[in-house]
Amino acid sequence: MKHVRYLVPMGILLILLYFLRAGLNLNPKEVPSPLIGKPAPAFALPRLDQPAQQISTADLRGQVWMLNVWASWCVACRQEHTLLVQYSKQAKVPIYGLNYKDERAAGLKWLSDFGNPYTASVSDRDGRVGIDFGVYGVPETFVIDKEGIIRYKQIGPLTPEVLRDTIEPLLKQLNG
Amino acid sequence: MRFFWASALALIGTTAIAGEAASASDNPALEARVMKISSELRCLVCQNQTIADSHADLAVDLRRQVREMLQQGQTEQQITDYMTARYGDFVLYRPPFKPLTALLWIGPGLMVVGGLATLFVVLRRRSRLADEAFEADDGDAPHNPHLS
Repeated sequence: MKHVRYLVPMGILLILLYFLRAGLNLNPKEVPSPLIGKPAPAFALPRLDQPAQQISTADLRGQVWMLNVWASWCVACRQEHTLLVQYSKQAKVPIYGLNYKDERAAGLKWLSDFGNPYTASVSDRDGRVGIDFGVYGVPETFVIDKEGIIRYKQIGPLTPEVLRDTIEPLLKQLNG
Repeated sequence: MRFFWASALALIGTTAIAGEAASASDNPALEARVMKISSELRCLVCQNQTIADSHADLAVDLRRQVREMLQQGQTEQQITDYMTARYGDFVLYRPPFKPLTALLWIGPGLMVVGGLATLFVVLRRRSRLADEAFEADDGDAPHNPHLS
């Protein structure tokens, strides 16, 4: 019975190791958004390609849509862009772009250079709508349902795995 | 001559700093409040800095947001609520006490209490042991090569 006592520090060490190991898999850059399950912040912003026209959240009611936050200065956006262009061709969901803190000309050039996956992009020149959406690391992608509720948020570039394993099933569920 | 250049440089330095502050707002009392609130908010781009310290684009925008909200007469509480509604409790350097953050707040206290309790138990057990249970200290040894 006496030996059991010596196992106690060992046990504590193992528990500690378990938590330290679990910590390695967490990404401190991914802060859970309090906006999930809440209505998407309302906005009315000029279209990037036709600034005279505005798109507002009210226009997008009644459909499931994706909001992708991007900018021409954003390196990681380039990384996900090919995937996004490919995905948009399957036309499963309208993808709206929020051109975040970007020059209009630079944004338009970026789209003509690398392809345009967006149903439409809107300009958030001073980043205020970005703040409303809690954007802190571009790119970010939101999935918004028919009632205008945010159902999912991807921080950082989309990957084929995220699209296949998380977003696709969610879209099916929301459209079903 | 060297002194002249040094003071000239120093002067340029100070005017540059003053210029930056003036562009933010002409009202020092307001700026002080902006800085006070900002220093309680975490910059999510560079997570170990406050919004007051950080030069990240987002931090500059959020300071502007704080400034505008103050100018509209909103309270500190309203601004904090505004930030947590968008970025979560993580933006607060002093997160609120609730079930999710309970361990964060009372954890250090629990550890101190646990440590003291263990120490107390060990010391009490030892004080009851007979002298023979302990090894002799170096100082008590009759022939200590280090001391003699």
